[in-house]
Amino acid sequence: MSKRVALEASHAVAEAARMANVDVISAYPITPQTHIPERLAEMVADGELNAAYIPVESEHSAMSACLGAAAIGARTFTATAGPGLEYMHNVLYVAPSMRLPVVMTVANRALSAPISIWGDHSDVMAVRDTGWIQVFCQNSQEAFDLTIWAFRVGEDRSVLFPVMVHLDGFTLSHVVEPMFLPGQADVDRFLPRFQYPYPLDPDRPMTHGALGPPDIYSEAKLAQEMALQESRNVILQAWKEFEDVFGRRYSPVEEYRTEGAETLLLAMGSYTETAKIVIDQRRDHGEAIGLISIRLWRPFPYEELRRAVKGAGRLIVFDRCISFGMGGPVFSEVRSALYDEDRRPKVVGFVGGLGGRDVPEKEFGYLIDRGKEVADRGSDRMMETVGIR
Amino acid sequence: MKTQEAKRKSVKFADGEVTTTEFLAEGHNFCTGCGESLGIRMALKALGENVIAVNATGCAEVCTTPLPYTSWRIPWIHTLFENVGAVVSGVEVGLKILVSKGRIEDRGIKCVAMGGDGATSDIGLQALSGAFERGHDFLYICWDNEAYMNTGIQRSSATPYGAATTTAPAGKQSIGQITRKKNMPAIAAAHDIPYVATASPSYRMDLMKKIKKGAETEGPAYVHVLVPCPTGWRHGGEVTIELGKLAVQTGIFPLYEIENGRYKLNADPPELKPVKEYLKMQGRYRHLSDADIEKIQAMVNADYARLKEKVAASSASS
Amino acid sequence: MHIGNIITDPGNASFRRTGDWRTEKPVLDKEMCVRCALCWIDCPDGAIRPCDDGYYEADLHYCKGCGICARICPAGAILMEEEGEQ
Repeated sequence: MSKRVALEASHAVAEAARMANVDVISAYPITPQTHIPERLAEMVADGELNAAYIPVESEHSAMSACLGAAAIGARTFTATAGPGLEYMHNVLYVAPSMRLPVVMTVANRALSAPISIWGDHSDVMAVRDTGWIQVFCQNSQEAFDLTIWAFRVGEDRSVLFPVMVHLDGFTLSHVVEPMFLPGQADVDRFLPRFQYPYPLDPDRPMTHGALGPPDIYSEAKLAQEMALQESRNVILQAWKEFEDVFGRRYSPVEEYRTEGAETLLLAMGSYTETAKIVIDQRRDHGEAIGLISIRLWRPFPYEELRRAVKGAGRLIVFDRCISFGMGGPVFSEVRSALYDEDRRPKVVGFVGGLGGRDVPEKEFGYLIDRGKEVADRGSDRMMETVGIR
Repeated sequence: MKTQEAKRKSVKFADGEVTTTEFLAEGHNFCTGCGESLGIRMALKALGENVIAVNATGCAEVCTTPLPYTSWRIPWIHTLFENVGAVVSGVEVGLKILVSKGRIEDRGIKCVAMGGDGATSDIGLQALSGAFERGHDFLYICWDNEAYMNTGIQRSSATPYGAATTTAPAGKQSIGQITRKKNMPAIAAAHDIPYVATASPSYRMDLMKKIKKGAETEGPAYVHVLVPCPTGWRHGGEVTIELGKLAVQTGIFPLYEIENGRYKLNADPPELKPVKEYLKMQGRYRHLSDADIEKIQAMVNADYARLKEKVAASSASS
Repeated sequence: MHIGNIITDPGNASFRRTGDWRTEKPVLDKEMCVRCALCWIDCPDGAIRPCDDGYYEADLHYCKGCGICARICPAGAILMEEEGEQ
């Protein structure tokens, strides 16, 4: 039986890991993720969670220890943020290519310099290519739900990929929100036990992580990409199962009041909820405007994105990261995804919300108005921004 | 010639019996006469089959696992160059928690981590230090060939003073390595781990005994093995064993153990051979003048004396 | 190719004939050999095998011809001969 509680998103994540009966937690504290490993350490210390907590000495070691634990067949969890995610960058590529499932929460934080402990998506965008399955959360409920779901998907025998669950640093990680906590029986019904098929075992000696000479490497990488694309099946199936058990439905691209929308706004993460308020206000005034939010970031949801924007004349993409030398990363990916469509909206990109800069309703209003202007009449600015002086 | 199956299970030596099982399969890519491949072969015989090996990037990993082939007849994992200490921590903890949660039986599987001098004293030092500090139950073996050999003989912090490497070459204005060899056994011991030892494949039974002892230690154990490298040290493959013996007999690489902080010298010849005998057999030292060699002799004498002081202090306090 | 590029056949490197690297091969004189087994234990390739007759001989499929065995043999029973010599 589920109960309604108020939980800080970080604590919701820790609770999800606990209910998932995680075996090994290997984490290094970094603002604004700290409440996650702290809460987990507390749970282990009090015997609420039967898991091993490895207080590693860096994020690079956090992820490396996760590889070892996953290879032995342990259900493995970690969390990090911003510079911590970057510190483990080298190791990130290894988890998916060695098909080692790990679930990691990332409290999205800006990358230095200047050093900033506050939220934006620069850490996410830096790891787009690593091969992890990646999803975005907008609120505590999603933070909890998608963590449980992540274990189900990543550990599936036909998937065996690590999964990143993104939550905005501070504006989600530290926010107390009302949510439904399911009962343990329901979680157990949804989430089977982890059975890694190739564990390190003296009875069946195997070699993991061999050298890939040029005559093998390309095929290995193509096989990895094909497997990641195919994991869509389990991703969608697991969301369907999730709805059956818990009653909440998730999809790769969320569509909010998009029916008949002439203009669409695209936002990801917790700022989406502010944007939705503005969409409501505009709809109340009769504007044909809606919002879409990418929840499944990798593998990229081409099908759902294209379907969601069909019929719209304008798509305004809001990025919380500058890809230096290139512009808004989500903007460029979305525009590229729509390029071959016969009918596609005019796509314009805005950058804002960097380093914890809030984007209040007024600014989303500006973004919509200016976005329509740029879509209709073009722009002579190098890059459109919102809320930047 | 037909391969003959070994009917004998073991071979008896004066000071021990050694299994005939080869846990490191032939057909690997180690150089002709490689000291590291010999060390690994011996160590695996001492360890037996109930182990999980975690390996760093380096000569061993590259030479033993060119896809689709592997020389390992034990479970083995390699991920990156710099993280063996952390990966083995995850394996060890994973094993323990799965046993404690009743998901797998307790078979007493030992985790053995291996890396070269680069992986150990340079790029992987942080991860190793963390693993030592957290007290994980594992044996770490450092295969020290005194440079980043696999990538082409670049200097490491284990390269001895005066040795030429490609990134610290001997030249008109340089003697080669201008820094002293990092004392990894002392660094390991500074973490207060229960067992530290130095070893050499030239002293076979001593090496295998120490590997076994390290594996039987509860908690972190560290064995540092000097492995001559014909390619990087520039000597003939046939003198690998001889050279290893000279390293010990000159006092350049003494064989000792540090058990719970107490030093014990395993071989203390009444007179050390002159370092010149060792240095002149290797091309990486051929640029050294007599004055340079004298300087090195003085350094080795001083280091050896310091080691003997530690040994004396340890036995005095017993 | 196995998922994750995992090699599931332990020791399959033994399909590789590293004996092809050789320019010299060890030749054993059983008269001089004292069966001390030092050549066996000191072979970096594990190419020397214990034989039923108690002697130890190099498997030429794998022997790389490093010459360690000849060098350390206390009885001088192993000589390195150039490949191709009778």
